[in-house]
Amino acid sequence: MATVSPTAAAAAGARAPEGFRVDHILVADMVERGARVLDVGCGDGDLLRLLELRGVDGRGIELSREGVNRCVAKGLAVIQGDADTDLGDYPADAFDYVILSQTLQATRQPRVVLEHMLRIGRHAIVSFPNFGHWKMRLQLLFRGQMPRTEHLPATWYDTANIHFCTIKDFVQLCDEAGAKMERAVALNPWGRPLRFHAPWWFWNLFGEQAVFLLSRRK
Amino acid sequence: MQVVQGEQRSREADQPSSPVVRFDATRALALDCGINLAPFQIAYQAYGRLNATRSNAILICHALTGDQHVANVHPVTGKPGWWEAVVGPGKIVDTDRYFVICPNVVGACMGTTGPSSTNPATGEPWGLDFPVITIRDMVRAQAMLIDHLGIDSLFSVIGGSMGGMQVLQWASSYPERVFSAMPVACATRHSAQNIAFHEVGRQAVMADPDWRGGRYFSDGTNPRRGLSVARMAAHITYMSDVALHRKFGRRLQDRAVPTFSFDADFEVESYLRHQGSSFVERFDANSYLYLTRAMDYFDLAADHGGVLAEAFRGTRTRFCVVSFTSDWLFPTSDSRSIVHALNAGGARVSFAEIDTDKGHDAFLLDVPEYWDITRGFLESAAAARGLPVK
Repeated sequence: MATVSPTAAAAAGARAPEGFRVDHILVADMVERGARVLDVGCGDGDLLRLLELRGVDGRGIELSREGVNRCVAKGLAVIQGDADTDLGDYPADAFDYVILSQTLQATRQPRVVLEHMLRIGRHAIVSFPNFGHWKMRLQLLFRGQMPRTEHLPATWYDTANIHFCTIKDFVQLCDEAGAKMERAVALNPWGRPLRFHAPWWFWNLFGEQAVFLLSRRK
Repeated sequence: MQVVQGEQRSREADQPSSPVVRFDATRALALDCGINLAPFQIAYQAYGRLNATRSNAILICHALTGDQHVANVHPVTGKPGWWEAVVGPGKIVDTDRYFVICPNVVGACMGTTGPSSTNPATGEPWGLDFPVITIRDMVRAQAMLIDHLGIDSLFSVIGGSMGGMQVLQWASSYPERVFSAMPVACATRHSAQNIAFHEVGRQAVMADPDWRGGRYFSDGTNPRRGLSVARMAAHITYMSDVALHRKFGRRLQDRAVPTFSFDADFEVESYLRHQGSSFVERFDANSYLYLTRAMDYFDLAADHGGVLAEAFRGTRTRFCVVSFTSDWLFPTSDSRSIVHALNAGGARVSFAEIDTDKGHDAFLLDVPEYWDITRGFLESAAAARGLPVK
């Protein structure tokens, strides 16, 4: 798991007037008021703070001690821990929502993490950068090198992102992990949602990141 | 107050130089062992001022060999208070804003009733006639003190090591009276290894012929060597291997070559001997037996049918749990089980593992990351409590 949100830069240019990241607002919009939420890999706690402002009872897990400190100073309840190892300690149905924001690609076992999220929460919300975006494809096709973008600038050998996937890959994982898709949104490079009724291939090509609201399949 | 000779009882035991609250027979302390302790007294220190709504009180719980002298010159040793770097005007625990209370625990030797206090029934020191006490007894007594001070709910309860055990007990026994809690470098139960170390210390005290079955004051002796050895052994457990090596390595003490004797050739030996001998000047051997015993008996889960989460069920207290990477006496895994139990009970809990090589002792030392999180936690809790923010 990464020490900072690996694509924090992704939304740097996409901030709503109140100062919150557009992708965070999108995630927060998926959460019901008064819900109990666990934010896995909560970084500096920006999303948690937004959720609490909206009357959500939030908890966080963060790998870096610096991140935990900043969260605690904001009055957030955050535990220093690792998504890959610590989710197993949470009882089933402890939360209404478990959120994994821009962190899935940095976990060692994305499928196990996703399964835990679906067990711990009634819903899971996952956002991740889409490796199937056309810019990525072009770089691999024409330069023959691992893609690097403005928002994902790290080289392959020093990136925390060890499990990149495309939107299409993630849809497949959801199917295998027993997740039911309740809502999915793809975002353009400016953090704005793509056309709602576009086909999957369109999202997979033009979405720079995606946000999925999932629940356990009965 | 002058330094008291070892063969005499410290005047602090009955007539402490800090404030005292005396509880008469009508207000007995009901101990876990079944005995009602009465009369008894609690010595405490207080700093700052209680606000009009009585909502700014912080209770600091001291560790095994600590006492109430958190932020003032110690009456026996003449040294600064044990947490003076953190507690004071404008400091992290800001006495300009908070009313800070630190009581000496029951069973200790700095003015709260313990084995070196005078037993009113005999006029002699209690010695081993003093009932065996528990962490819960300490906390029960503290609650009586807080009642006496007219405080209904504490803004925060903070403590490390044995102090952390008291914090957990407070949060479990009186959840509605604890707004925020910061247990540091502690556990909800003492491990077999920790009980074993304590037993070594107690046996060292009891093996000293000057211990006299605990009646050394009456006999005009003091088990200085035994208590000193106990302190030396314990002190090793408070430090990490790395810290010991950094501080002393294999360096020799004031000599170029080994003396081929059992003198303190090595710096580390000299250091430990100093730790031992200075400890006996300020601490009572029987208190050491009683307080280590209280820690051994501590098992919060056992008090709740073996389910730790039950100890914190439905709590509304805000928690901040802290551990240190090099603490092998109360390792991070102990703190994590506290956090898991709090989580299972739906508590509002934060947790940080501070990276330091200073071992268990880190909870008393200048570790900037630890101080940062303490500051952040208190500031945010103050805001949530509606106390004026800085």
